[in-house]
Parts: sequence; structure tokens; C-alpha cells
Amino acid sequence: MVPERFLSLEGIGVSFAASEILTGIDLTIRKGEFVTLIGHSGCGKSTLLNLVAGLLKPTEGTILLAGKHVDGPGPDRGVVFQNHSLLPWLTCFQNVHLAVERVFSDRLKERSHEALELVGLSHAEQKYPHQISGGMKQRVGIARALAIEPKVLLLDEPFGALDALTRATLQDELMRIVEKTHATVLMVTHDVDEAVLLSDRVVMMTNGPSARVGDILQVALPRPRNRLALAHDPKFMELRAAVLEFLHEKQAHQARLKAA
Amino acid sequence: MAAVPLRKEAFALRTTAAHPSAAVLSPRADAAQAKFETGYRRTRAPQWLAAMLAPVVGLLLFVALWHVIARQGGRIPEPAVVGKAAVAIFSDPFYIKGPNDQGIGWNVLSSLKRVGIGFGMACLVGIPLGFIIGRFKFASGMAAPIIALLKPVSPLAWLPIGLLLFKAANPAAIYVIFVCSLWPMIVNTAVGVRQIPQDYLNVARVLNLSEWKVFTKILFPAVLPYMITGVRLSIGVAWLVIVAAEMLTGGVGIGFWVWDEWNNLKVEHIIVAIFTIGIVGLLLEQMLMLAARRFSYGS
Repeated sequence: MVPERFLSLEGIGVSFAASEILTGIDLTIRKGEFVTLIGHSGCGKSTLLNLVAGLLKPTEGTILLAGKHVDGPGPDRGVVFQNHSLLPWLTCFQNVHLAVERVFSDRLKERSHEALELVGLSHAEQKYPHQISGGMKQRVGIARALAIEPKVLLLDEPFGALDALTRATLQDELMRIVEKTHATVLMVTHDVDEAVLLSDRVVMMTNGPSARVGDILQVALPRPRNRLALAHDPKFMELRAAVLEFLHEKQAHQARLKAA
Repeated sequence: MAAVPLRKEAFALRTTAAHPSAAVLSPRADAAQAKFETGYRRTRAPQWLAAMLAPVVGLLLFVALWHVIARQGGRIPEPAVVGKAAVAIFSDPFYIKGPNDQGIGWNVLSSLKRVGIGFGMACLVGIPLGFIIGRFKFASGMAAPIIALLKPVSPLAWLPIGLLLFKAANPAAIYVIFVCSLWPMIVNTAVGVRQIPQDYLNVARVLNLSEWKVFTKILFPAVLPYMITGVRLSIGVAWLVIVAAEMLTGGVGIGFWVWDEWNNLKVEHIIVAIFTIGIVGLLLEQMLMLAARRFSYGS
């Protein structure tokens, strides 16, 4: 297995009932790389993530993760869903433990404790999901996904339902966690700042139907990144502008043409 | 049909669920009372009284109206007469003077026993059937016309079939309870299975959980609140039906007792029985409400 091609999507196309959602997607992700998928809603970026998660099957093309063919869901991929998807009848600890006991046979409790400690929720282990805030729930979701030590972490608009301040805090948390664990991350977002702040590369998708990879932006900003410092960084502004331009000029224009 | 009351109940649950948290706050309120003026207490007391006032006034009006109607003549006994009869009946609820003359306690208990057995069997059959119907589209399609056809049938219409099958009154009455409890159990369990959020099932899929884990950790807890709604509806219907069934089958039971007292023309005893049936039904409902609140997960 080549580390440069840790996760590779080759010629991916997806059709549902005669309508083509995605077509000709080629993408390779390095080990330890943070890649975001950005695009207008309905462009199929979540579909693409679900393909990697194994929840959907591509109509054409193959997905390889660490040299292995992706065929269905599996615990080598940790998924964080947009609406946390914690089981309400289990405590935070039990939610994480459910994932841990599926993958490991030793140190189950320690691993669950460690995962919750990593997201800073040791104090809320015995709370039920309805007793904690939206941001905390999403942290438990991240802990659950990380606890199984997946090869790749898949995040489907994980902070989309959170308020701006909580979102910023969690983005910082995520950067810290990823740096600590050297995780490989594929994340779907529609937030331009989030994409540029977190990513090594931003994959910009064209509008659907028949969406494809429009452009890939390298984010060569040094890590660790600081959101306050970057707010005035000309390089950051330039990258941000590039994504905005792609989304609001090239793709918005195309959308208008299609609508007409 | 069952899906509509479900929503309402979920709402009622949510509003009542607020009470425990109010109870948590009260020590702080007590501290505030101690710290500040006693005037605080004066504004609190009427609130508590007002909550009690309306039901008490309602009951008093009800009794007064009853008294006025009873005084007009006719055969309806006055509240005082019924009260005296109730004291007499409940002073010795567990006597046995032959197979057809037993205390009201025994009558209520034997009715509850029939409801319990019939309902228990309905659970054993209805819950698995509900899971199958909720999980598999084909099974649901198969069962839909049968359920739609049989659900509106009065459970008492099944009584002759029960008598034919079992050739005895007691199992026939239990069988009627079984039939009337079965539909709410099946329908609510199936609705619960169908309404399991896709998110939870996706969690099961991405973690590749075993079938057993999926059932114990996701399906069963997700369906439990719906099953409890099914239990509440079933028990409610069963308690309505048992009285009528026992009037027809005889033996020992609160329904038979009502009919027996009608034959003895002891109308005051019938009214005591009506209140007894009402109170037992209310207690059953309250017990199940408590169970439902326990499993509502606060979501």
C-alpha cells in the first residue's frame, strides 16, 4: 500500500433511479491528511461520504482504503453524523462503549474513558444525551468515532447544527484532536471558513446532478493554526476568496444556466 | 388509527415530565422563603389551593346535581344512600358465601386476573407479530387487511366463538380480553418499529453491530415507548370489555356482580360498582403512565 494513496476513490459514479448524482470522481487521500468536501447543497457531497462509509454502494468505480476494497460499512471507518445520532437510552459512556466493544476485546472501559477524555467530556460520562448541550453531544459523537481507532474519520457536516460560537470551539477541538491522533479525515461541510481553517486540501464540487470534482485547493497554511491570527492572514484570505469564488461565481453561474 | 393518539400522548408525557425538575428546584425556593419575607409564602398558598379547588368544586357540583336528580323521585338512589352502601360493602370486601356471593374485593380481583391473563397472552403474541410486521414490508402488507377488518369489531362479538372453542365461561372471557388487547399491541409495536430513526440504524450499520446487539441496544429500547402506549391502550380497552363480558358469562367478577345486583334491584350497589370500576381503571392508567414516563428518555 502506498501511503500517498491511503484512501482512493477511482472513477466513482452514483445513480439513483435513472438520475445521475455523481460522476467520474477520482480522489486520493494521503495518510494523516485532512480533506474537506465543499459544494452547494444537493451536490452529492454527503452521498460521496456515505459511499466511503459503506452506507451506499457506487454504481460504478471502486473505493480502496489502505489497500482494501470498501464493500459495506465497517469499523475501520469512524463516522460522525450531522445530528450526533447518539442513542438516547444510553449514557455518553455507554454510547462510546457500544462502539468500543464491537472492535476491541481488551481494555474496553479504559478505551471508552480515554476517548471521552480526549474530547474533554470525562465529567459528563454518566449523563444521558438529553442532559447535555448540542456541542457536547457532537463531541460524544466524535469520541465514539475515534474510540474504535478507525483508519479514517468521516465527518458529515458535524458542526452544521451548532451555533457559531460552539462551532468555533469544536473546530479548535477537532484540530487539536487530529493533531494529537494523526487521524486521516474526510469531512463534508458547506462552511467556507471551516473548510479552509481545518483542511490540508479543499475538494470543491460542482453542482448536481452529475456532480464532479470541480477543483482542489491546497491549503498550505502551517499548523498548528490559530483562528484569530489567520483572520488577518493574507494567505488565508486568498484561499478563502478562492473557495468563495468557486462556489458563488463559477458554480452559481452554472446553476443559473441550468435553471434557465 | 393508533398513530394519532400516540402523538398526543407523547406531548402529554413531555409536559408532565417537567414536574420532576420543578421538584428539584423547590429546595431552593424553600431557602428563598426562609431568607426573605413571609409574604412569599402567602402568594404561594393560593396557587396550590387553586389547583385543588377546581377538581373539588367539580366533584361537589357533580354530587349536588346527582342529589337533586335523585330527589325528583324515580329509582336512582341519593348520594348519601350510595355512600352508606359503599361503607357496608367495603367494610367486608373479602367474604365468600358460596360461588355466586362473594365480596367486592374478590370480584375485582377475579376481573383483574382475567384481564391480566388475557392481556399477557396478547403481549406474548402481539409484540413479536408487531416486530415482524414493522420490520418486513411483505408481512405488513399481508397483515394490513386482516387488522383493518378485525380491529373495528366489538370484542364481545368474539365471545360466542370463545364459548364454542373453550366450552367454559372463564376461558371465553379471557379469550375476549386477549382478542381486544391484541390489536393495540400489534399496531403500536409495528408503528414503533417503523419509526425507529434511520440515524440509529445507520449507527448500527457503521459499527457493524451483531443482530443481537441491534435488537437489544437499538430496536427494543427504541420501540419500548410505543409498546408501553400499546399496553396502556390494551389495558384500557380490556378493562372496559371485561365488565361487559362478565355480564354475559357470569361467575365471579365485577361485571357479573353489577348484573347480579341489577337482578336483586340493588341500584345503590350498582353505583358503588361503577365508581369502583372507574377507580380501578384510573389506577391502572396511572401505573402505566408512570412506566411510560420512566422509558421516555427525555428526548
